[in-house]
Amino acid sequence: MSESPEGSASVGELVLSLRGISKNFGAVSALTDIDFDVHAGEVVALVGDNGAGKSTLVKILAGVHQPSSGTINFRGRPVTLPDPRAALTLGIATVFQDLALCENLDVVANIFLGNELSPLRLDEVAMEMRAWTLLNELSARIPSVREAVASLSGGQRQTVAIARSLLLEPKLILLDEPTAALGVAQTAEVLNLIDRVRARGLGVVMISHNMEDVRAVADRIVVLRLGRNNGVFEPDASNQDLVSAITGASNNAVSRRAERLRAERDHSAQAGEQRP
Amino acid sequence: MTEQGNSAPLALDRADARVKHEAGIGGAVRAFLDRVRSGDLGSLPVIVGLVVIWTVFTSLNPVFVSSSNLVNLLFDCSTVGVIALGIVCVLMVGEIDLSVGSISGFASAMVGTLWVNQGWPVALAILAALAFGALIGSLYALLFNRLGMPSFVSTLAGLLAVLGMQLYILGSTGSINLPYGSALVDFGQLMVMPKWVSHTLAAIPGLAMLVSGLRTFARRRAANLSTPSVAGLVLRVAVITIGLELIVAYLNQSRGIPWMFGLFVGLVVAMNYALTRTKWGRSMTAVGGNREAARRAGIKVRAIYLSAFALCSLFAALGGVLAAARLASASQQAGTGDVNLNAIAAAVIGGTSLFGGRGSAYSALLGIIVIQSIASGLTLLDLSSSLRYMITGAVLAIAVIVDSLARRSRASHGRA
Repeated sequence: MSESPEGSASVGELVLSLRGISKNFGAVSALTDIDFDVHAGEVVALVGDNGAGKSTLVKILAGVHQPSSGTINFRGRPVTLPDPRAALTLGIATVFQDLALCENLDVVANIFLGNELSPLRLDEVAMEMRAWTLLNELSARIPSVREAVASLSGGQRQTVAIARSLLLEPKLILLDEPTAALGVAQTAEVLNLIDRVRARGLGVVMISHNMEDVRAVADRIVVLRLGRNNGVFEPDASNQDLVSAITGASNNAVSRRAERLRAERDHSAQAGEQRP
Repeated sequence: MTEQGNSAPLALDRADARVKHEAGIGGAVRAFLDRVRSGDLGSLPVIVGLVVIWTVFTSLNPVFVSSSNLVNLLFDCSTVGVIALGIVCVLMVGEIDLSVGSISGFASAMVGTLWVNQGWPVALAILAALAFGALIGSLYALLFNRLGMPSFVSTLAGLLAVLGMQLYILGSTGSINLPYGSALVDFGQLMVMPKWVSHTLAAIPGLAMLVSGLRTFARRRAANLSTPSVAGLVLRVAVITIGLELIVAYLNQSRGIPWMFGLFVGLVVAMNYALTRTKWGRSMTAVGGNREAARRAGIKVRAIYLSAFALCSLFAALGGVLAAARLASASQQAGTGDVNLNAIAAAVIGGTSLFGGRGSAYSALLGIIVIQSIASGLTLLDLSSSLRYMITGAVLAIAVIVDSLARRSRASHGRA
């Protein structure tokens, strides 16, 4: 966690930029014409009601799903994400809501899955040491890294999943409900961790239903509703504004406000002003 | 933890006070009992089963445990055992190959035709048979990966198709005799290790365990991780080495350890290393446990399936070649009958789960010894093959029941 990854983006650089992303599952449009930007050193919270398309968007960025249309720019270059490997190689790490851990493997094996040290003669000692280091940074309460993940609680699994995403020194971290299953202390630790990740100049996308957590760390709050952009807010936006954007009540007012804010932002970004 | 004392900092993995950490030999025994109680049985059922089977057969006919009968048993184990080793590969990723019998039969027919009838060098004929096996497995993987065809169905189709090919190339003669006195047939029927070789080989596992164990302990201590007790390691090494040496000494009273069995055990050890100590093996286990999680971790899931199916068929072909050597013939009957099910039963009886993600190369070794013990014991009792089928079937059913029950128990005890 101490040194920054090589080729780290300078703060404010546009890390990820989505334009016109749509995703159809058969007749259902999960996402329609989504625009979405993440800058280096910025935490963007992605909020919305159930079924708003947050998880689908994250899965597209993770390479799990492929968009039906639209373009993805990562660090200034157009990219395609045909599979999770491609996303990981680019430097997009994801903590999924359905945690995507292998229950039959132990904690160390899960953290290093797909990135084992010395592939032909697994270096278990080095991997276990690194695993403990990562977990201790998260103040994790894992009884033993040699227990199968099946024996861990939901919160412990969440910690393992987050530790795994940090292993690869990513440029962009996607967190799908990172605090949903965590206790008070662990939630605080994860939020601290998000702060630290941001300080290192990484982009963070966080999905959450917990407005308190969102306000605590987010620099921007992007609202999705029914698969469409439904406004961008500052973290000090009033709760009422946020809730109405999420639920769709007083839809028009919120949309107008969001449009105005975004127009200003785009304008300022084009003018090359430095971001906070 | 006990060695660290109160003043020294706690080991990196012992800092959490809520976790019980067993220490010493007594602790190791308690931890083992805990594991068994929660359904993590490992090789325990098969060892218990083996003791029961051997006790029963020995009481019925003392010839069963005679050294010469056991040496024959080892010869017989090696052929189907190699096939079972391939089955372990596909079971690890949660798939199945029902055509291993046919592939082994076709491989033996290929060796017979190419070597004896066409006059190819024997090594080339064997290589061709192995390549054919790998090709068939790759085809299953292609059907599975690209078309989503369940391996159950594609390999069932393969069972018939490959059997047809075997009958076709053997033609009207029906069987080809391999020449006695040739190296291949000698390997399958006669060649045994000199005594000093077998005793040396029996000492190697213990030595390797000791050396690698001590080295790991040193590295763990340097990395501030807890280390298990050295006494426990030494005890295990002593038990294993003495046990193996006694077995070897007993078998050496008659012909000795077959080289073919040595090849089989060598493959088992190599496969065990590959499954437990390489990235490939880790990926195999992950794909068997949670395919989607493995995919999201960036594992090339399709390549893993390809390797599993190809290896399985390759081992099946090798098993067929060994069977041809054992019988000194390639016939229409080779690979038919109970070969298929014996191979699958051996892997499952040995403790490899049908549900994927759990298993070990050693299950092929242990399982095939159980299966062949039953076959050998019933043959000694002069019972017909009808009874042998029924009893083998019952043993397979029991093994799967144990697997299912242990799986349920593991789920309720929070173990994978």
